[in-house]
Amino acid sequence: MNQAKPQGTMARTFQALKKDPLGMTGFVLVCLILFLTVFAGWLAPHDPLEVDVHNRLSSPSAEHWLGTDQLGRDILSRVLFGGQVALKVSLVAISVAMGFGLLLGMLAGFGPRWLDRLLVAAFDTVRSFPTIMFALAVIALTGPSLNTVIGVIIITSIPVYARVVRTQTLALRERDFILAERAMGASTFRILRHHVLPNIAAPLFILASMDVPAVVGMEAGLSFLGMGVSPPTPSWGTILNDGYSYLRNSPWPIIAGGLPLIAVTLGFTFFGESLRDIFDPRLQGKDR
Amino acid sequence: MSDSVLEIRDLSVGYTTDRGTLQALRDVCIEIPAGKIVGIVGESGCGKSTLISAIIRLLAPNARISQGSIRFKGQDLLGLSSEAMRKLRGDEISMVFQDPMTSLNPVLTIGRQMADVQHRSPSPRKAKNARSLMMLERVGIPDPASQLDQYPHQLSGGMRQRVAIAMALMTEPSLLIADEPTTALDATLEVQIIHRLQQLQADFGCSILFISHHLGVIAELCEEVIVMYAGAVVESGPTASVFSNPRHPYTQKLLECDPARMPQPTRHLPVIEGNLPDLIDLPQGCIFSERCGQRIDRCLSEPPLLSGGLHRAACHLQTGEA
Repeated sequence: MNQAKPQGTMARTFQALKKDPLGMTGFVLVCLILFLTVFAGWLAPHDPLEVDVHNRLSSPSAEHWLGTDQLGRDILSRVLFGGQVALKVSLVAISVAMGFGLLLGMLAGFGPRWLDRLLVAAFDTVRSFPTIMFALAVIALTGPSLNTVIGVIIITSIPVYARVVRTQTLALRERDFILAERAMGASTFRILRHHVLPNIAAPLFILASMDVPAVVGMEAGLSFLGMGVSPPTPSWGTILNDGYSYLRNSPWPIIAGGLPLIAVTLGFTFFGESLRDIFDPRLQGKDR
Repeated sequence: MSDSVLEIRDLSVGYTTDRGTLQALRDVCIEIPAGKIVGIVGESGCGKSTLISAIIRLLAPNARISQGSIRFKGQDLLGLSSEAMRKLRGDEISMVFQDPMTSLNPVLTIGRQMADVQHRSPSPRKAKNARSLMMLERVGIPDPASQLDQYPHQLSGGMRQRVAIAMALMTEPSLLIADEPTTALDATLEVQIIHRLQQLQADFGCSILFISHHLGVIAELCEEVIVMYAGAVVESGPTASVFSNPRHPYTQKLLECDPARMPQPTRHLPVIEGNLPDLIDLPQGCIFSERCGQRIDRCLSEPPLLSGGLHRAACHLQTGEA
């Protein structure tokens, strides 16, 4: 059965993507961003920390494709390395938040009623703080660092995932095939692992894909406020902040820091929406 | 006694509601002999589903078994721990559900689900797949090898129900509970599935508890039939005897209402006048008295007991005659 599935999920997804220009655009953008940031070390023309005071706030040139900032650092290189920070934060934060969200959501959805109530109340409590205020409060206590940013994003994202998982689990638990599984003697763990999880995996990954821009924006925002990465480490947020301070002298840092944010937002959103359409079980196996 | 697979004695199940206890099953006695097909007929709300849930112990949280016993191969099911009960389900007792469109997991292939049912078997995946193939063949699925890689939505309703039956019989249970397995299928398929079930029952030697509200199917398939009304057994006995000589007025009415038994076609299908009694506030006498055309005074004051030899009915009129 393992080898007897040539037309697997991947192939099917790709076939469907081909027919969806917006989704394909998103997919290409996502691939491009991943490629550029993962290989930033090879691709960056300069050391992102190399200061060149004679060449400050220069416009794009053959030497510096996106110009230089107020310290004469190559903006393109800084954007590429800043992408690494953004992706590291989103990858770590989202996967951890998704893991915990999955666990807590299933517990709430499949467990006893009192546990559900308790967990939902906990989710609502966490979500009731405005995220940025919560982040600022935590950072005020612990001091700015990338790990704190990741931690804050994890804590505020867990309820988002957990709620989706809970809702889906609640809907599934009343379905006939779950009852059929019970009637066939499956344990609760077995039902969750083999029947609930495969049914909610697709929406969960789509949610994660759509969540990337939010997390990247969060990291950029906190770094912009000086609450994220500490200088001189490049981040899209610090690039924006530098550009903001010297906006009268050169527009290039702002443009260079803003464009990748836009690309990430559009790319992951288009891709996520396209995936959502592809994986929607109601549309599966039908001509669309 | 020892050769009955399932023996239910005086089983009463109630649901706790805001208005009081809804007595969904009252003093139900059912016996399923080994290797036989027993049918249960009754309209919606007569307690068929509650009965099944009580047997496999998947009752709703607000349900309570107030009295009675359920013995499976001599073992008291109500005394078993929930873990022991879970081990029994899908091994010794399995089940086929009404709607094959919803009783299979939509995101897993047939092969994966069929292997999943064998989760207790230590055999390797290959052996499980071979067994799945063999089962699919036995339930009459053409080209079973290619079906293993299909998702449920790629199969027709009849095929899915066959898959469900194959899955239920996979562990060679002693008792198969079929909850209206053909209701969601069209008539031709119904006949095919019924004949297949009959053949499988003979091959596997299991007992089948077949729930349906289709009298024709019961008559065709079952050796014994139990007629339920408002949470109680009103008549039971060998199918031929019950259908040719119904003793309880409810059974008589039910048979009169079966379109297949009409002497001539009519646009005005007969109905049984009235509604089910309130199961929270039960009538004092016979539960069917309100709708019964042959009611006598005694029916309103005293509930009749199930009596008779092999063919039993709970009606004052028949005891009077006998």
